[in-house]
Amino acid sequence: MANKLIDIVNVSKSFDDNLVLDELNLYIRENEFLTLLGPSGCGKTTLLRILGGFETPDKGRVIFEGQDITNLAPNKRQLNTVFQKYALFTHMTIADNIAFGLKIKGKSKAYINDKIKYALKLVNLDGYENRSVDSLSGGQQQRIAIARAIVNEPKVLLLDEPLGALDLKLRQDMQYELIRLKNELGITFIYVTHDQEEALTMSDTIVVMNQGYIQQIGTPEDIYNEPENAFVADFIGDSNIISARMVRDKLVNILGVDFECVDTGFGENKPVDVVIRPEDIDLVAPEKGIITGIVTHVIFKGVHYEMEVMANNYEWLVHSTDMFPVDSVVGIWVNPFDIQIMKKPESEDEEAVIIEE
Amino acid sequence: MKNKKKLLAGPYLFWSVSFTIIPLLMIVYYALTDKTGAFTLQNLAKITTPENLKALGLSLLLSALSTLICLLLAYPLALILSNRQVNQTSFIVLIFILPMWMNFLLRTLAWQTLLEKNGVINSVLGFFHLPPLQIINTPYAIILGMVYNFLPFMVLPIYNVLVKIDKDVINAALDLGATRAQTLWKVIIPLSIPGIISGITMVFIPALTTFVISDLLGGSKILLIGNIIEQEFKQSSNWNVGSGLSLILMVFILLSMALIGKYDKDGEGTAF
Repeated sequence: MANKLIDIVNVSKSFDDNLVLDELNLYIRENEFLTLLGPSGCGKTTLLRILGGFETPDKGRVIFEGQDITNLAPNKRQLNTVFQKYALFTHMTIADNIAFGLKIKGKSKAYINDKIKYALKLVNLDGYENRSVDSLSGGQQQRIAIARAIVNEPKVLLLDEPLGALDLKLRQDMQYELIRLKNELGITFIYVTHDQEEALTMSDTIVVMNQGYIQQIGTPEDIYNEPENAFVADFIGDSNIISARMVRDKLVNILGVDFECVDTGFGENKPVDVVIRPEDIDLVAPEKGIITGIVTHVIFKGVHYEMEVMANNYEWLVHSTDMFPVDSVVGIWVNPFDIQIMKKPESEDEEAVIIEE
Repeated sequence: MKNKKKLLAGPYLFWSVSFTIIPLLMIVYYALTDKTGAFTLQNLAKITTPENLKALGLSLLLSALSTLICLLLAYPLALILSNRQVNQTSFIVLIFILPMWMNFLLRTLAWQTLLEKNGVINSVLGFFHLPPLQIINTPYAIILGMVYNFLPFMVLPIYNVLVKIDKDVINAALDLGATRAQTLWKVIIPLSIPGIISGITMVFIPALTTFVISDLLGGSKILLIGNIIEQEFKQSSNWNVGSGLSLILMVFILLSMALIGKYDKDGEGTAF
């Protein structure tokens, strides 16, 4: 894999008495699309602001290409930020906004003009040079904010929930735009969001955070298919999280019924949590299922039906393109490799443990 | 229903017609007539007498200087205030507004007592064997009085605009490589222009028309245009000339209002 570009070592930060980041360690590779994902207040934006230089950590260091930049002023850092609310300079034209960083660096007029043209083309807003900021829509303003950042040729682009204020359709379009931009520019993107779908769509690596701790680091597939704990499973998509007992390797007892699975190494007769994604549950004829249950709710969601099935005193969430009417008796069947076993937290505190990579 | 709502505007309409519009029309009427009631432009032309021109010139000069000093004092203060936490700010703002709760005349009279030849300041200076300060009855004392009385009117509109600037806009400038000074010069000051313009108008207009400050701190020798108008009304009982000069002064005020209209389209700066 590519080299480490940024190394975050033991970083802690608190505001007043509120611990936001606790001894956090993370490294970011060159040319990586890394997403910090978590609920509000999990510390993801604070971490991004520490990278941008707008906050100083109480403890720990930030290493950028081998240099300690923990206390370096924002204007001395080789990275640029795209802010949540665009933060464009409303008293300047679009061209002046984009040229801001280049003018400060004292680049020539010809160079600046070329760069403005190039950047506007890159974000699909050619010909907008002399427009005013107020005349642009939210999505256009956000693209100008991105253009303003990338003309400085940063090694890293920090994006703080840049699509948060846009409507769904525009957000989906911009997700593809961002992936395309990243591939064309070949630089590292560090992206902050609370939207799991956004994270899954765009990232090379997702860092799931909660309460100042990293819960899991992995590819979108890893995070979705093999969540390491109940928090990650619950935060990323809908899921059935059920207390269970590991009978022995490759056999787990869920709600009193033995299910075959593929996980090993959890010991014998040990309590565990299992995650089963709603789309991984097959509803079959009652005699073919591992458990039988009764359909209690059906909601049409467009692509699929969302159904709740009461079986062994647990309400199973099921996504299926086939509809079973309410009160019908169905069998529940799960493929062994669709059952994800997780170590059960032994105490409340361990709900947010640091998960080693 | 609609008509009932319109009725609610009645008291305000009555108030503004009787106390704003009618008096204004009367000033225009007096300004354009002589004592017999015949039309004349003589009253307006009175501004061209040497002593009136001198008073107008001095008024413009002193109020412009006071406005400039207010701006130079107020901007850094507003900048510091806008960077504070909210609870700290309200305390400092209170300290600033507190003197405004006292009567304007009393405050100016207090300065008279402080600055007098044998006043408090000179007694203290004398105690330390320092030369006495002799600025009472000079234009300097008038400027001091204007700056002291009108400074809050400069601080508040600028502060109001500065606190509304998104902190991330400032962060964005730093992020793009600007130093603190470049950020101030290229981003913060341009974005606060509506507040600056509003503050300038709110200091310049009352400074231009004041006669109390020049009366109390300038002695009777220094006449500003406000004093001349006051004398025409009170001592000479010549309402026609007084109105004529008032009308001329109003032109200067309308010019500054036009300036606000041009720069402060959203009315941001005046919103307090």
